[in-house]
Amino acid sequence: MARVELENISKLFGATTAVNEVNLQTIEGEFLVLLGPSGCGKTTLLRMIAGIETPSSGDIVIDGEKVTHLPPRTRNIAMVFQSYALYPHMTVFKNIAFPLRTRGVDRTAIREKVEQAAGMFGIGSLLERKPRELSGGERQRVALARAIVREPSVFLLDEPLSNLDAILRASAREELRLFQRRLGVTTVYVTHDQVEAMGLGDRIVVMNKGRVHQVGTPPEIYQWPADTFVATFVGSPPMNLIEQGDVLAGFRPETFLPAGPATENEGFVTYPFQVTWLEYLGAERLVYGDIGEKCCARHVVSRLPGNISIPIEPGKTYPFAVAKKAIRHFDRASGRLIDTGKT
Amino acid sequence: MNSGPRATGTSIRDRADLLARIMITPAVLYIAVMIGFPFILAILYSLSDATTGDPTLHIIGLQNFRDILADPVFRTSLKNTFVFALVSQTLVIVLSRILATALMADFRGKWLVRFLVMLPWTAPISLGTIGWLWMFDSIFSPIDWILRKIGLLGAPGALLGPMQNLYWLGEPFLAMASVVTVHVWRLLPLATVIQLAGLSSIPRDLLEAAEVDGATALRKTLEITIPLTMPIISIAFLFGLIFTFTDMTVVYVLTRGGPIHMTQVLSTWTFFKGIEGGDLAQGAAVSLFMFPVLAGIAILVLRVARRTEVV
Ligand SMILES: Nc1ncnc2c1ncn2[C@@H]1O[C@H](COP(=O)(O)OP(=O)(O)OP(=O)(O)O)[C@@H](O)[C@H]1O
Ligand SMILES: [Mg+2]
Repeated sequence: MARVELENISKLFGATTAVNEVNLQTIEGEFLVLLGPSGCGKTTLLRMIAGIETPSSGDIVIDGEKVTHLPPRTRNIAMVFQSYALYPHMTVFKNIAFPLRTRGVDRTAIREKVEQAAGMFGIGSLLERKPRELSGGERQRVALARAIVREPSVFLLDEPLSNLDAILRASAREELRLFQRRLGVTTVYVTHDQVEAMGLGDRIVVMNKGRVHQVGTPPEIYQWPADTFVATFVGSPPMNLIEQGDVLAGFRPETFLPAGPATENEGFVTYPFQVTWLEYLGAERLVYGDIGEKCCARHVVSRLPGNISIPIEPGKTYPFAVAKKAIRHFDRASGRLIDTGKT
Repeated sequence: MNSGPRATGTSIRDRADLLARIMITPAVLYIAVMIGFPFILAILYSLSDATTGDPTLHIIGLQNFRDILADPVFRTSLKNTFVFALVSQTLVIVLSRILATALMADFRGKWLVRFLVMLPWTAPISLGTIGWLWMFDSIFSPIDWILRKIGLLGAPGALLGPMQNLYWLGEPFLAMASVVTVHVWRLLPLATVIQLAGLSSIPRDLLEAAEVDGATALRKTLEITIPLTMPIISIAFLFGLIFTFTDMTVVYVLTRGGPIHMTQVLSTWTFFKGIEGGDLAQGAAVSLFMFPVLAGIAILVLRVARRTEVV
């Protein structure tokens, strides 16, 4: 178990700044998710923690020791690559055994540990196969087994589920979480899928264009986005943002519901909602439309749970209300959250 | 008529099997006329007593093979052919690996170095060898000159002896070394390019994964890079073997088989015996000794090529 500290890390590739002055500390044993759109520098950050890439400036400290310029093998870190990077010429057994052999573990201990790790992921019967004879899900398990077999102090995962189909991904997510709890290894997990991030992370680091926008627990990120980027990147559909002078008011689609007797009081704001489009998704309906004056109509979305079954038709206008305490305010120029005091 | 597919109008482009046969015909013709026919002729000659003066086929059986096997020059040639091919190709593989690894790195002027490395491959082999003739000259050899300048040669008590020249092409061992050197010089570019292709075909994240898994540079080379490039290294090695095995220019230009047949190889001996010596039959018999070896190598190449397809 270990603590990873990133102190003002930047990485430049020629003229592009892949990672821009990132400060970050992990908490021992936590599951930390790096979330951000494609190309925002997540992989680069992970590679610097692993030691495959050297930061252009800043320091990496693991367990109080500065490792910025030390090679990967001195760090006892395990990494699962997006491509899994299994050694194609080695059997599954040899793949999993590789990190142990580099550490000079003796043969009987290797066999024991490999079988234990393989058993943990249910791939004990595949040990003599080559990677090309495995399915995507099996490869992913081999990569995970190879990573944990060395009992690493930090576990890095770069979008390990992105090559799996939707059903397999859901079950793999659950397995991954359970097994991380069991081992209690500090884990840094990269993804651009916010559902995965919300579901897996103890804390989420939201990144964009090389910068960290917010670090927080999933509810914090969702309820109190630090700026408009986080507000619109996390959540599907994203937070509605409407212009109010110098301020942008934001509210989640599920807080924007048809007005009724219960909403006719101080705590709510009611808008006429001109519906333009409706999507029926089974458990819920997504209602798209505009609110406010003609001059500055704002496009917003409402997410109606299945139990609200009032008929809604495109082209008509309905009164919709949102609770005042669900509304967040952002500075229009900087995009930063203005509200303080969390509820 | 019904609306089924029209029987007429299926053009030749739609007949994959027929098209394939038409496309392969020139290759088959070429092999039959340019390779098959001379090969059969060589077998017939080797069983006859034909000479350049009287090339009529008069079959006399295996007498030619008995004669050449009893000939010590033939045995030297056979041995030399193997020695030159194996020694030079082993050196080529090692050196091309080092060169390719160096050329994978990023540095300024990389394209120029790559260009210079490729240069020997663009020169006709005979011209290149004539250039080397000067390098190994008995009096004006620049190699000797350098050795003299740095004091390894030509002074009393010098490491390589007090004489002014080494006589590269006059001493049996040095003459062998000279032939090997030219073969290495000649095939290094091709092997380097092949190895470069092999090295750059290894996914980068495999090497990075190995690094994170704790591998040192040596272990990465031994357990990842070499096993993964082994098929392509074998191809480079086998092609090099064929090139050197069948080459006659280098020995012909450099030493003409001398001194006293010490550097003779099968191809030059075939030429000296069959064409210059006029004994077509024995020349043909000598040349046929190359066949089983080349056939063996060809089979190996095909096997390696098939194995790489699977991975
Ligand atoms: N070796 C490199 N050379 C030059 N530019 C690079 C290199 N690696 C990454 N970059 C650039 O740095 C930026 C960040 O890349 P990175 O791979 O970290 O993104 P990412 O967040 O992992 O994206 P994705 O979700 O698509 O994997 C990108 O703009 C990319 O083009
Ligand atoms: Mg990435």
